[in-house]
Amino acid sequence: MKTILSEKQIALVVKRLSHQIHEEHLHLKDTVIIGIQPRGVYLSNRIVNELKLLVDPGKVQYGRLDITFYRDDVRKELHVANKTDIPFSIENKNVVIIDDVLYTGRTIRAALDALLDFGRPSKVELCVLIDRRFRREFPIQGDYVGQYIDTLVSQKVKVCWNEKHGRECVELLDS
Amino acid sequence: MRLSSKHLLGIKHLNKEDIQLILSTASSFKDVLQRPVKKVPSLRDVTIVNLFYENSTRTRMSFELAERRLSADTLNFTLSSSSAAKGETLLDTVNNILSMKVDMVVMRHSASGAPHFLAKHIPAAIVNAGDGINEHPTQALLDAFSMQEKFGSLEGLKVAIIGDIMHSRVALSNIYLLKKMGAEIVVAGPPTLIPKYITEALNVRVEYKVRKALEWCDVANVLRIQLERQNQPLFSSLREYSLAYGINKTMLDSLNKEITIMHPGPINRGVELDSDAADGPHSIILNQVENGVAVRMAVLYLLANREN
Repeated sequence: MKTILSEKQIALVVKRLSHQIHEEHLHLKDTVIIGIQPRGVYLSNRIVNELKLLVDPGKVQYGRLDITFYRDDVRKELHVANKTDIPFSIENKNVVIIDDVLYTGRTIRAALDALLDFGRPSKVELCVLIDRRFRREFPIQGDYVGQYIDTLVSQKVKVCWNEKHGRECVELLDS
Repeated sequence: MRLSSKHLLGIKHLNKEDIQLILSTASSFKDVLQRPVKKVPSLRDVTIVNLFYENSTRTRMSFELAERRLSADTLNFTLSSSSAAKGETLLDTVNNILSMKVDMVVMRHSASGAPHFLAKHIPAAIVNAGDGINEHPTQALLDAFSMQEKFGSLEGLKVAIIGDIMHSRVALSNIYLLKKMGAEIVVAGPPTLIPKYITEALNVRVEYKVRKALEWCDVANVLRIQLERQNQPLFSSLREYSLAYGINKTMLDSLNKEITIMHPGPINRGVELDSDAADGPHSIILNQVENGVAVRMAVLYLLANREN
């Protein structure tokens, strides 16, 4: 087991990603932030809190998306769905999807399908904490990336959050 | 996490965890039904046949809608316009349909146990949409979902089921489900329409005065009086039934508390339920219908996942 990011490093990365997003979308006027259920939401909550310090908090449009019903393995295993709430229109908006780990890209592929059922965004960008480099099975890349790491297929990246695990870090586990 | 059974033949065979899984999945599907695109692609590789040997508009439409919202392909079989009218047996009919690579069967039949019989002989997953006077599991599930939506929890909830208990598959499924979820049940109606040993068999209290049941309960599930039975010696006339057992707004207002009114539909207005009660603020009848699609989506989604 190896620690990739400590609690302090996660906080710094979150700050950096939030500033990068702010830099690209200065006013957040036509931009919406969407966290992917269930694990991307911990990251997106933190990024949204940072963004609220950088712009008028009322201007930050934030939603959560569950992609269970759009998965390409939906019939192989039973997956239980979490809450989706997107209380605004995404028509003609810039969408920033936020997830914790980008691995094969299938989750994001499903998220794009799910998103398009809500409307036609003008642009979709991806923000992730960890990008498992060279492991993509779909042509998908992150626009805002916390850290690139090289991993074996047999390894697992575990992101721990205070709210859920009582501690905050990113670990690389050997199966 | 999966359902404990390959089919949904009845609430009798489900455990509490199954019921909770179905209800929470139904909640997610209810969210989907509020979106601009009310569809998910989950079952796009599944073909479902709606095998209705008994007439039904409401249940069949609800299932059809649920199937289409899951992007499944649907097939409708109605008794009148089929070779069953030429004498083809149930098993032959179903095997013929399955040879055309149909994956799931949603079935309503006038013989109790028909889906159970079918389950022994065919490989497809079966959903019971009502068999004779046995069970109607999806109705009980959507009733439970509606009650949970209104009251938060079924545990300790006081439910009165009112009407023709004897011939009602809705009543039996509801009794099984509510018992498993810890609710309290009273059945109320004329003695001729309540099975004699129901208390011993199912552990539910019997009340012959509807008013007393309403004074006790939090929610009343009012059953349809089957008009075809008015010529049998079970009650003197529809009008007498309505006077003694019908529910109207005046009676509801005279209770010392507010109760919720439910009905599986279709309502015989003026018989078991007056319009002022059915359409009033305490009625969640239309919510039941709305929830029916979400609950059926959940059932189909969870059963389809057992294929592999």
